[in-house]
Amino acid sequence: MTSPEYIYPEGGAAFPHRSLVGIAGLAPHEIWFLLDEAEQWVELNRNAQKRREVLSGLTIINAFFENSTRTLLSFEIAGKRLGADVVNMAVATSSVKKGETLIDTAMTLNAMRADAIVIRHASSGAVQLIADKVDCPVLNAGDGQHEHPTQALLDALTIRHAKRVFNGLRVTICGDILHSRVARSNILCLSSLGAEVRVCAPPALMPTDIERMNVQVFHDFDAALKGADVVMMLRLQMERMQGQFIPSPREYRHLYGLSLERLEKAEPDALVMHPGPMNRGVEIESDVADLVGRSQITTQVEMGVALRMACLDVLTRRARKLEGWS
Amino acid sequence: MSSHAPLTIANGRLLLPGGTIETGALRCEGGFITAVGPDVAAQPGDTVHDAAGKLVTPGLVDIGVFEIDKPAFHFGGITRAAVMPDQNPPLDVPARVRFAAQSGKPDFWVHPLAAATKDLGGESLAEIALMREAGALAVATGRQWIGDSGTMLRLLQYAGMLGMVVIAHAEDAGITGNAVATAGEMATRLGLPSAPSEAEALAIARDIALAELAGAAIHFRKVTTAAGLDLVRGAKQRGVKVTAGVSPAYFMLSDLAMAEFRTFAHLSPPLRSEADRQAVIAAVGDGTIDVITSSHDPRGPEDKRLPFTDSAPGMAGAETLLPLTLNLVRDGVIDMGRAFDLLAANPAKLLGVDAGRLAVGAEADIAVVDPDRPWIVDSDKMAASAGNTPFDKQPVQGRVLALFKGGVTVRTKKTKPA
Repeated sequence: MTSPEYIYPEGGAAFPHRSLVGIAGLAPHEIWFLLDEAEQWVELNRNAQKRREVLSGLTIINAFFENSTRTLLSFEIAGKRLGADVVNMAVATSSVKKGETLIDTAMTLNAMRADAIVIRHASSGAVQLIADKVDCPVLNAGDGQHEHPTQALLDALTIRHAKRVFNGLRVTICGDILHSRVARSNILCLSSLGAEVRVCAPPALMPTDIERMNVQVFHDFDAALKGADVVMMLRLQMERMQGQFIPSPREYRHLYGLSLERLEKAEPDALVMHPGPMNRGVEIESDVADLVGRSQITTQVEMGVALRMACLDVLTRRARKLEGWS
Repeated sequence: MSSHAPLTIANGRLLLPGGTIETGALRCEGGFITAVGPDVAAQPGDTVHDAAGKLVTPGLVDIGVFEIDKPAFHFGGITRAAVMPDQNPPLDVPARVRFAAQSGKPDFWVHPLAAATKDLGGESLAEIALMREAGALAVATGRQWIGDSGTMLRLLQYAGMLGMVVIAHAEDAGITGNAVATAGEMATRLGLPSAPSEAEALAIARDIALAELAGAAIHFRKVTTAAGLDLVRGAKQRGVKVTAGVSPAYFMLSDLAMAEFRTFAHLSPPLRSEADRQAVIAAVGDGTIDVITSSHDPRGPEDKRLPFTDSAPGMAGAETLLPLTLNLVRDGVIDMGRAFDLLAANPAKLLGVDAGRLAVGAEADIAVVDPDRPWIVDSDKMAASAGNTPFDKQPVQGRVLALFKGGVTVRTKKTKPA
């Protein structure tokens, strides 16, 4: 059942990249490799004993220049379950004028000899900028409106568990596509794996020329839902909006809120996903978010830890001189 | 009167007004050109420069630079620059204008552009007439568009009365917002805040209407889109006093140059689509564009080694202005005469200074140029105060071998024997 484009070589050739800055630039088999690597950690995390000393003695720094709760926690748990020393550097966005000291901060982290640095930053491209300056692998935990690769990978892992195949799978992503790094990474990841991706938003929240990223563009949510196998909802990123993009949350809910009634337009077994945080009653109704058997929202969180464990493990293999990875 | 000996530039190929190239010599006295032509010879006591058969051209006149960066200007053959009012503090009072006007002498002339509004805030008019007395030859809106149409109309009426051209930035700020890129596939993939290129046409359409209403002259510092250029072209046909400039980045690069978040390609206005780039080339060719400017804006690592959205826009352009413009000559878009109209004669005319042409009576700002000489742009070795060029490591052709300001030698470069 494995498509030829998913077959990856042995050893380090399976993932030749030093860092994980984005899905852009990853081949389908490299994505597949990371998903396969995550499976062992899904298993482990379901045991009472969840620790395996793979990264013992290694230092992982989580440098979050933008507020985060779930992603930071997920990376922290992932690092700790692998036995690494995990340090969180939470930079209050108010105290550091963004960007001003970014290179200096990166050089400082580098001098502390971190073995991997996980970065979130409010500016697109900031993570690449740091990755170019430090000696260790860098993991992008979200940069501006650019990419959030681990989110896309954990979403793919969630979908793979439920649907097994991506070829011909219809995935509808609805919400604030313009301001969403999750949408960009998911578009790249899912279409690379062979899924058919649809994006749905009002024109003001739709990026120009997004159709060049191999997606179908919809403004009518009902039409976008028709025949969908996966429905991925995104929240409105009010904090990134300059000026008014929609008249009101109430009106947005009317046009783009996912209700049980709307969900019936999709395939009967369509999955409901949301990267969080959710705004219940705006983009998603509570009964849909909690729909047993259909809603994957908590599964996404579970897969997130496993997937991030896989990324930390794979990216540090060269430094750990694992056989085939030197 | 200059105390320097008269200068004769002999044995050159003289680029004369009208675009003809004639072998001969050129003599300057008291800061002015006193004789040009095949029969001109040096007189006893003259300083003589042997042009060795190279092209003798007017010194470049650069409208709309952000920093007085003499080494870079001299390298690029620029002898005069109109400096933008966006200084710290801004050129919005006569004293600062007077100081700026003196800041380049004797070997470089700075023409300060008076800020159109106080503190460049776009709201209340600055003391434009007094700044004219202090040496301002034109008015500029600065890096920003004036959003209030009433203010812009009154500015145009007032500057028109004073006989000063208004140099405008053409981007509708309501549409651009915090954008750092032109809306399109590139900006979408990079996740950069972007605005549609129509922001330029909207601003130009309004400002042309207001200039027409006021009967005033307006110059758009950089017109970078097909739609904006069409508006300028149409207005010129109607006889509106409108002129347009551009900088080489917009005919050399498209928004693809922003790939990998290269902040050296973060410009204002942002780089456009390939179709717009082609439209700029066509507009240079058909005469819609009057002026090519370096828009020289050197920025150090503190402004450029940042995430793209946090970086400052602008490029150090003085050194590459001539060679990149000469690309258009080599590609057959324009001839050599038109190139120097764009780089010298037209900007001089716009500012109302008698320079930018090799003619008797004009100021003796002269360059000796080898238009074919190859060199490689290197951001680490530039004469400019910072090396922020999107053309780093690119081979170019065309180099200034000698430069004279007011008939006095500024620099000469040793030429290797052929």
